[in-house]
Amino acid sequence: MDVSIEVGGDAGQGVESAGTGLSLALARGGLHVFGMADYRSRIRGGRNFYQVRASDRPVRCHSDPVHLVAAFTQDAAHAHVENIAPGGGVVYDEQLPVDETALIRKGIRPMPMPLNRVAEEAGSKATLNVAAVGAALGVVGYPLHHFERVIFEKFGRRGEHVVDINLKAARASHDHASSKYGPDFPFRLHEITGAASRMLINGNQALALGAVAGGCRFISAYPMTPATTILEWTAARAGELGIVTVHAEDEIAAVCMAAGASFAGARAMTATSGGGFCLMTEAIGMAAMTEVPIVVVDVQRGGPSTGLPTRTEQADLLLAIHPSHGDFPHIVLAPGTVEECFEAGWRSFNLAEEYQCPVVVLSDAYLGGSLRTVGPAAFDWDSVVRDRGSFLPPEILDSREDYQRFAWEDSGVSPRAAIGHPRTVHAPSTDEHDEAGHITEDVGVRRRMMEKRMRKMDTALRDMRGPTLYGPADAELTLVCWGSVAGPACEAAVTLSARGTPTNVLHFSDVWPLSPDLPDEVTGSDARFVAVEQNYSGQFAGVFEGTTGLELDGAVLKYDGRQVSPRDIVEELEREVMQVV
Amino acid sequence: MSEASAVMDRLSVKSYANEQKPTWCPGCGDYGIMAALKQALVSLGIHPHQVAIVSGIGCGSKLPDYMHANGYMGIHGRPLPIAAGIKLANPDLTVIVTDGDGDAYGIGGNHFIHAARRNIDITHIVENNQIYALTKGQYSPTSDQGFRTTTSPWGVIEEPMKPLELAIVAGAAFVARGAASEPKHLSELITEAVRHPGYSLVDVLQPCVSFNKVNTYEWYSERTYRVAETGHDPHNREAALAFAREWGDRIPVGVIFKRQVTPFERSLPGLVKGPVTARSLDDLGRDTFEALKKRHS
Ligand SMILES: Cc1ncc(C[n+]2csc(CCOP(=O)(O)OP(=O)(O)O)c2C)c(N)n1
Ligand code: SF4
Repeated sequence: MDVSIEVGGDAGQGVESAGTGLSLALARGGLHVFGMADYRSRIRGGRNFYQVRASDRPVRCHSDPVHLVAAFTQDAAHAHVENIAPGGGVVYDEQLPVDETALIRKGIRPMPMPLNRVAEEAGSKATLNVAAVGAALGVVGYPLHHFERVIFEKFGRRGEHVVDINLKAARASHDHASSKYGPDFPFRLHEITGAASRMLINGNQALALGAVAGGCRFISAYPMTPATTILEWTAARAGELGIVTVHAEDEIAAVCMAAGASFAGARAMTATSGGGFCLMTEAIGMAAMTEVPIVVVDVQRGGPSTGLPTRTEQADLLLAIHPSHGDFPHIVLAPGTVEECFEAGWRSFNLAEEYQCPVVVLSDAYLGGSLRTVGPAAFDWDSVVRDRGSFLPPEILDSREDYQRFAWEDSGVSPRAAIGHPRTVHAPSTDEHDEAGHITEDVGVRRRMMEKRMRKMDTALRDMRGPTLYGPADAELTLVCWGSVAGPACEAAVTLSARGTPTNVLHFSDVWPLSPDLPDEVTGSDARFVAVEQNYSGQFAGVFEGTTGLELDGAVLKYDGRQVSPRDIVEELEREVMQVV
Repeated sequence: MSEASAVMDRLSVKSYANEQKPTWCPGCGDYGIMAALKQALVSLGIHPHQVAIVSGIGCGSKLPDYMHANGYMGIHGRPLPIAAGIKLANPDLTVIVTDGDGDAYGIGGNHFIHAARRNIDITHIVENNQIYALTKGQYSPTSDQGFRTTTSPWGVIEEPMKPLELAIVAGAAFVARGAASEPKHLSELITEAVRHPGYSLVDVLQPCVSFNKVNTYEWYSERTYRVAETGHDPHNREAALAFAREWGDRIPVGVIFKRQVTPFERSLPGLVKGPVTARSLDDLGRDTFEALKKRHS
């Protein structure tokens, strides 16, 4: 059981809420779910879609092809014909002039239905999206009660009447679709009774949850898709969590506020996307120079410049590795899954405080915005570590003479203390400074200070996690990837292995500083190595080769703003790379 | 703790002295500003560990290095947001920004407008020498028209910015002008500014003896007058705006404008539980955490 349903329509028609509602209904029935929004950078008009994949086994990425499309418009009914599995179907309003023969030629079943009439009869044209979800569930044979519950929760606040008309629309189209198309539709979904209740969460939410669990109590940000939901998630809960959230005047202010809050002793972060990250870079150097720990999240989107504002890419890696002028220490994490987003949420603060430096967390639109089911144990309070490194608490400061903020230490890490205590009075400067923080241009002090700061990178390397190897050890093909490509790459490896090319995945979640050491299975292997990345130039491939000295045999690169799917990887490898190498 | 309280008892201007030798030119207006600031902090009974003096980049922005007090010397134009972060993380601290006119009104112009609008309880002292001094004599947003500098050899074309007017219009709670040559008066202004809740601007006429040969001590003192002597009521916004616009033959100094505001931080839901710096990292607690998770299922 592994079925993908796509709802599609114009922006403004409730595509996203239909998609999330559908995801929730399937997750509540014990299924593993992956839900991905695909939308254009406009508020009304323009085709959007939402893909929900559901399975009885864990799913870590979207699927290509889909099995059923529920279309709100003629355009949406035709749009992804190439992407529908033979035997699949398209549900659409019977009034729409859809080219049925085009569908039938591809082996796809047209499923016209009175969707608009159902919506109108229920009481409002606006329930079209709900009617479409009801129909889709009817076609795949899935019961309606979970979706009914979702409707109740979603509309309950707006009164009984609103709930009723939505329930009516969902029921009418579910009945219609299940009796008319359900019986011979080959792709079916059914409830799994007794399954553990799972969370349905996206990467941004997981990251925010991890951050607050880890003690983040300050977030300042400037809205930028696809990072905005991190600030929104925390702002919505600010009072309850006791977290300061500021919608700053721009990204420069946002990162500077976070640095100020951290200097005062709080765990502070900011979240943005490419263009905003660019604006922050001078302040990232500032934090590194004054040794103020901050966490900067870059939820990447298509670049350069404003690029593809609502779409996904992994092309900020080199900027994240070199985010400001000069030589300075910092760390870059690139979580690949929702679980890793949660962990990066708190772990980034431990690293930032341990090494008193900026930590950049690279996510992307795909990872940040896609919903996934995770088991109840995945986000565990007891697993969250809150380690402030050499941060001195007031009790210790009471008896400490001659506090020097930037005291020489072999590790490069001088004990840090918040201001406000009588013994910690200090004023760090972004100009080169001595152990007390005073400005200096002394040659010796400059050299020692540079060395002290940069030494942190050697120490930090010990805390960086090496890559994870998924799949068989004795592979013929190794897919080298980082960040959100983990899910599609792992699935592609399974397919390739099944088709006769034993394939594994070498996935990096910690990308800077990058250890030159690779797992033994990899160094001893004579597999071909192929990078899989969401960018034009193979940014990680270059860093990987430069650091490990291991030469890659090829690359699967995608930069059209759409996430690489397992099928993309398999096809590309079978077509190009396998022949070349 | 007893020793700490002994430190508290001996508060004087000397409490704010450190070993650093200012690199300011002899005669620079920044000396007077620093003296006034120290005096103000002493009269407010604020100790060096209770204050954070945040600056940007420029001659005047080196001030925190020359005082024994908490501070942060950041990057060009950005001290206001850094100060905002400090204040919002720990509202118990007195937070003061000292920077130049280029820093505050040029590169930091956006932050200036929004600091006035946002009204976090911060006092902003601008060392306004009408020139970029640290980069050796280029014109600033407050340079007078026709002023010849290295980047305006033909004379400044733009009209000068009127920071006091802009601050009032943007929503600042307190707006004043002082003169570096009158440290006693300036320290009174700073004292009142720190006491006043919300964003307070103290724009200071600061002679740069090395690069600004026009707006000198004499130039300023020939023109300045105390606005209080006119009977001005700083609560009167229209009158305040008129004084804020006045520049040229007569330049008003003193409290130009004030109004009562609720500082931003007092309305911030996230601070209801107290300063975030005073709480433990796990104060969220397992129950709240589990409740958060539940809302995602
Ligand atoms: C981003 C950036 N741009 C330019 C500079 C160079 N710079 C240093 S100080 C300064 C102007 C300082 O003028 P002002 O703030 O009026 O201070 P003053 O030196 O007059 O006290 C400039 C442009 C810099 N440090 N950073
Ligand atoms: S250059 Fe001007 S502003 Fe700078 S220290 Fe000298 S007199 Fe003061």
